Amino acid sequence: MCFGHANKGESMKKRKWMWREIGGGAAIGFINGFLGAGGGMLAVPLLRGTGLSQKEAHANAVAVILPITALSAGIYLWRGQVAFSQAAVYMPAGLAGAWLGTGLMQKISGEWLRRIFGGLMIYAGVRLLLR
Amino acid sequence: MTALALAAGLFSGLIGAMGLGGGTVLMMYLALFTKTPQLTAQGINLLFFLPIGLLAVTRYAQKQTIRWKTVLPIAAGGLLGAVPGIFSATAFGGGVTAKIFGGFLIVLGIKEIVCKRKKT
Repeated sequence: MCFGHANKGESMKKRKWMWREIGGGAAIGFINGFLGAGGGMLAVPLLRGTGLSQKEAHANAVAVILPITALSAGIYLWRGQVAFSQAAVYMPAGLAGAWLGTGLMQKISGEWLRRIFGGLMIYAGVRLLLR
Repeated sequence: MTALALAAGLFSGLIGAMGLGGGTVLMMYLALFTKTPQLTAQGINLLFFLPIGLLAVTRYAQKQTIRWKTVLPIAAGGLLGAVPGIFSATAFGGGVTAKIFGGFLIVLGIKEIVCKRKKT
């Protein structure tokens, strides 16, 4: 089940359209809209496949998921499934956490990031199966 | 606003900003400790992530960590996928798709831990 990623830098140059990126992105967007979470978890392996390191993949996954989340959140709001105030109460604590997290990213090793990520993925997967 | 809600927000923000799936934390809190309906919890989670993601991306971009040339095509595909994703969520209400994705995440998680990579 472990397979390496072939020389991606070379193949990237040959392709004019990045179908893998666009197709992978579509899958990420679908899951994120469907479950309201989880898109970023798919973005990390996809990004690493394009040649990014573990840490870079995690940072870039946030950038990938942000516009997708903005669109999804907008549609949820528009359809009246959520009110902004329901989320706003968690935001100050969340922002403090985000500040700590981005700082921690400089210190943590890629190896540990990978292990923690694997554990959280398994946990999220089990939760979805039991839902 | 309980201490538990604050902790859920803090950890969700921390984990989310590191690209580790912060939604898992807030969704778990909402499911276990509040009586929020599933689709509302999903909406809360999406809205919650907006300022968190913005702060994180700004800080990463300042350090030149963001590869926009890779990020933008994936995000563009993501915008296309998000719309059918949301509409199927209300049509099917989770169920089988959530379980398939759950199984998929477990496989990916095991791979993540077991498979060694040259470049971490």
